[in-house]
Amino acid sequence: MTEPDRNTPEYKSTRLRAPDRPLLILPNTLSEITGPVYGHERMGRLDNDLTQQHDGEPLGERIIVSGRVLESDGRPVRNALVEIWQCNAAGRYIHKADQHPAPIDPNFTGAGRTLTDDEGRYRFITIKPGAYPWGNHENAWRPAHIHFSLFGSAFSTRLVTQMYFPGDPLFEFDPIFQSVRDPQSRERMIARFDLDTTTPEWALGYQWDIVLRGREATPMED
Amino acid sequence: MSTPSQTVGPFFAFGLPFEGGERLVEEDGIWITGTVYDGAGEPVHDALIEIWQANRYGRYRHPEDTREELPLEDGFIGFGRCATDENGEFRFYTVKPGATAPHAPHINVIVLARGLLRHLYTRIYFPDEEEANAADPLLSSIEDPAVRETLIARDLRFDIHLQGERQTAFLDV
Repeated sequence: MTEPDRNTPEYKSTRLRAPDRPLLILPNTLSEITGPVYGHERMGRLDNDLTQQHDGEPLGERIIVSGRVLESDGRPVRNALVEIWQCNAAGRYIHKADQHPAPIDPNFTGAGRTLTDDEGRYRFITIKPGAYPWGNHENAWRPAHIHFSLFGSAFSTRLVTQMYFPGDPLFEFDPIFQSVRDPQSRERMIARFDLDTTTPEWALGYQWDIVLRGREATPMED
Repeated sequence: MSTPSQTVGPFFAFGLPFEGGERLVEEDGIWITGTVYDGAGEPVHDALIEIWQANRYGRYRHPEDTREELPLEDGFIGFGRCATDENGEFRFYTVKPGATAPHAPHINVIVLARGLLRHLYTRIYFPDEEEANAADPLLSSIEDPAVRETLIARDLRFDIHLQGERQTAFLDV
């Protein structure tokens, strides 16, 4: 089972929000095999360098996060819209609901968007996000992560997930990460440090490939 | 093997919503609104709703929709995104889509929120389409009328219940 358990009671917010009635099986129709195609300003502005959005440079460890977006059969997804958002190096989101007493960085917002190229490749320049505490349970801390949102070629392959960093000591204590029960599947959420992506004298590089769900090729009723 | 889903979390508001995301058309549209409720009946003020729909002729702006006989409309993408407000309410200004036979007119919906480790799919159908709704493959496959009703807007209001006896019918897409 690749996907997380919707009902993961260790993650407290699921208790009143995860559906408790069975989902209805829906064979794919035109509605599911189509989806928004980027190319109109109505879908927002592109910006893949999160370190250049303000007058000064943000504090923290500058990193490059790059990888490919792939279909389940390994084909690259071109022109996929990839959106990310994250906290700053101190573990603080710019969001007003984040009350963690860590400093806000006036030079860091933490949101970016880009499109994949012909090989399905994306690239962001950002700051390594910090770990931060949350109210899920006593002494709960989220492992450092970057939120990712992706559109492939279809509404049914929509993916919202989180990218983690290798070797994080918080993995075993995090119910969101652990909601994916299969250890091999959990590995797929962890980026790989990559010396080739690393730019000398400037930034560490991470590689993270994202594989979208498979979809049925044609609508069932056609 | 695909990359697993994870929750959108509570802090997406500065990352995902974009200006005008709730407006699919500039004029001659309809407002569709709704409230997202949790299992205790409390409004969910940190959900993100996305919609994807065909235009008023029933045509999707996408290469897989090869029905050339149905016109595309300039400027109409068919995608919308709206975060719920402090009252758990979302709203979209759009057009009622045409039917994509054999399916009755409907708007495809994705629900994302803290506490949802995977996003949810549902559909908004329209109450003034009784005949088309009766012939719709999804609606007609649902035996329990109370469950079927959760997919049909009341006037132009479509509330989403994440859990419990009134749970909205979510789709395993």
